[in-house]
Amino acid sequence: MRLRLEKRAAPSAAMRWAAPLMATLLMLVTGMLILVLLGKAPGDAFRVFFIKPLASVYGIGELLLKTTPLLLCGLGLAIGFRSNVWNIGAEGQLTIGGICGAGVALAFGDTESSWLLPAMLIAGIVGGMLWAAIPALLRTRFNTSEILVSLMLVYIAQLLLGYLVHGPWRDPDGYNFPQSRLFNDWELLPLLWDGVRTNIAFLIALLLAALSWIFTAKTYAGYRMQVAGLAPAAAAYAGFSERRNIWLALLISGATAGLAGIAEVAGPIGQLQPQVSPGYGFAAIIVAFVGRLHPLGILLGSLLMSLLYLGGEQAQIELALPSAITGLFQGLLLFFLLAADLLVNFRITGSAR
Amino acid sequence: MTDSLPPTNSAATPGSAPRLALRGISKRYPGVVANDAVDLTVQPGEIHALMGENGAGKSTLMKIVYGVTRPDAGTIHWQGEPVTIDSPARARALGIGMVFQHFSLFETLTVAENIALALDHRAPPSTLDARINEVSERYGLPVDPKRLVHSMSVGERQRVEIVRCLLQAPQLLIMDEPTSVLTPQAVQTLFGTLRRLASEGVSILYISHKLDEIRQLCDTATVLRGGRLAGTATPRLEDDAGLARLMIGSELSPCQLPPKQPGEIMLELTNLNLPSSDPFGTHLQRVDLRVRRGEIVGIAGVSGNGQKELMAALSGECLSPDAGAVRIGGQPVGRLGPAARRRLGLGFVPEERLGRGSVPAMSLSDNALLTGAATAPAMLRHGLVSRRAARDFATGVIAAFNVKCGGESSIASSLSGGNLQKFIVGREVRLDPQVMVAAQPTWGVDVGASQMIRQALIELRNRDVAVLVVSEELDELFAICDRLVVIAQGRLSPSRTPAQTSVEEIGSWMSGGFIAAADAKQEVRDAAAA
Repeated sequence: MRLRLEKRAAPSAAMRWAAPLMATLLMLVTGMLILVLLGKAPGDAFRVFFIKPLASVYGIGELLLKTTPLLLCGLGLAIGFRSNVWNIGAEGQLTIGGICGAGVALAFGDTESSWLLPAMLIAGIVGGMLWAAIPALLRTRFNTSEILVSLMLVYIAQLLLGYLVHGPWRDPDGYNFPQSRLFNDWELLPLLWDGVRTNIAFLIALLLAALSWIFTAKTYAGYRMQVAGLAPAAAAYAGFSERRNIWLALLISGATAGLAGIAEVAGPIGQLQPQVSPGYGFAAIIVAFVGRLHPLGILLGSLLMSLLYLGGEQAQIELALPSAITGLFQGLLLFFLLAADLLVNFRITGSAR
Repeated sequence: MTDSLPPTNSAATPGSAPRLALRGISKRYPGVVANDAVDLTVQPGEIHALMGENGAGKSTLMKIVYGVTRPDAGTIHWQGEPVTIDSPARARALGIGMVFQHFSLFETLTVAENIALALDHRAPPSTLDARINEVSERYGLPVDPKRLVHSMSVGERQRVEIVRCLLQAPQLLIMDEPTSVLTPQAVQTLFGTLRRLASEGVSILYISHKLDEIRQLCDTATVLRGGRLAGTATPRLEDDAGLARLMIGSELSPCQLPPKQPGEIMLELTNLNLPSSDPFGTHLQRVDLRVRRGEIVGIAGVSGNGQKELMAALSGECLSPDAGAVRIGGQPVGRLGPAARRRLGLGFVPEERLGRGSVPAMSLSDNALLTGAATAPAMLRHGLVSRRAARDFATGVIAAFNVKCGGESSIASSLSGGNLQKFIVGREVRLDPQVMVAAQPTWGVDVGASQMIRQALIELRNRDVAVLVVSEELDELFAICDRLVVIAQGRLSPSRTPAQTSVEEIGSWMSGGFIAAADAKQEVRDAAAA
């Protein structure tokens, strides 16, 4: 008997939404199994990974802090993914956003001024958009794959950041560490409340989640982009411009990734360092899919992903596990989501042919 | 003819086993029963028609015989022996050949190379050419083994497919809707070849829904309806109404075209030249066309002669560098996109329903927005879409066109082809166009829906809309058009009223018969201008 996949006539809508939950559950079970195989007590590991990070107000603050860049990047990417534009380079746009925003701070930040912070945020957004404009231009001009171009630009952005902090932007009083000078208080995003590191970028991200819901559900532009994603020939038939769609998708996702970048640099990091993100831009791709490309789902997905980052850190400290543990859980989550989605759309039959 | 006639035929020699006998063949797909306990018997040397509307299960049944698909239940007997046909290679080894509706030829290879690729046993090129020539001469199927396929017409390509099958010396030849790509004259040539094959003892299974052809050619007919056996008949002894009744289960009523004086020109093409972006596409050359208010103009032609390109040039999906080459209501629109043309009063029903005329995964009400948002002001306010207006509009279309569905929130892909087409036509009609362009509006649509769609186009004409219809069905065009033109090789013929012309003239034009005369006229005009 041969196993084969047969397309379901009508995939269940309920199962479509249940798939991310099942993927999360399977990730937990498999992850715990791996930890047990590594010789850790399962109850212990679960507590360290998923309970302890949330056991204090500070911990909740950290959760929301890490949720912010994931949510920002995920919202932007989802708008592109819905319209079949595959920006895989949010990590690069995030890095450039951080560089551009920091550049404004380093150039004009020596004296306090109330417009400085808004200018930094805008510079970050514009930087992310410019970086995303490169794949948009190449795709609309030469029909190159935006997947490859945006991905390769990630590494260029990271090397550019490395060059800046090792060279021209290195803090002269920094004992030769590859870092910019520390930002002044007026160059940092205000905190939400005392005792946590969460800043107003989280509120901005929540606002953007609401706006992105309005964009996709209510606006004609959002409708056009969805049609382009679901049926390109129907979009051409209705007269929706493919070029405009590609530009819009990449510029929006570049803007939110750039904002995430400057929010990190002008937030918890407080200076430019050789690395400004532990892979938020890539993790946001998983977040977007786990959240079913829906703003509310993306919010939940980025909370989960943020918890995986925190749990991974905690596990390094308390269970002496390598930092790769976070990536392992991310990978498990994506793997099980893809598997669950496959089974939502197909059934396994036992017959030959 | 009755449903109770036994499934045998007069050509059968008593005592000899039938060439092919299917008993109780059933095949289910998710959500559909394609074949339900179907019986079919084909005798040696018989030309046997397999009739039925689109979606009746003909193609599935033939795929089962050719080993592409396996049945869920039922038996196949070949020359009296029970067999299992689990692959096309097995089918060919038994002596079954099939000519598909959509050809499977590599355009960049020669005829001989294409045939060599399809043979189960490798043949040396030197002898292959000779064998191709031999078969093509013997059956009146002229093909040049050295020619590249992309330079050949559709009819020539079909000959290649037939020769390819005949090289395997089949005992049963399956032809799937072979005449949909042929001119009336080429159809007669094909019939000659098929009769000759039958006289040599080859059985032919001829799949079609064209009643007159079946009556001309076939000894026996098996009719499928909704996946089931509707009955068998001897086509020569039946009239159209009887065969149609068997095929669709109800009577046909003809279209009424009241006489009408056409008004001003609404759609005008003037010397439209458009190179195709597809390397194997057709270039449009010197296309002139005028459609007036209150008339239906039909474009006949064999598919692949520039219809697709012409439709894209009219809809705005393909822009023309010369803005004045396309005019809607007198305005030059050659460089305007589809949405801008719609705002000038264009309605357009494309050939592909799913994925172009509609978004398969979206609800009908969201599909109403697809073209409605550009033209119906209620559906779009300040960049925001009004879902309520779209719902109301979709509900109106569903009611007016009797679209069978679960309501305006049904997903487009859940509708049957005919119902989705009714929805798309209804959407375009109710957006109140001044010019309506419809490409193959009834292709693959059941008879009831076809009737309704044709009637809707006629009502538009009666309301003084300019209507242009492209179709491969000549009967349809003769029934509903005020004027006919023919497209061949990217050129458009002069127009004729149905009364002025005949199937023969249109047929000869379909193979390019008007082009030489048009070129001569053009030369005279050029000389006069010089």
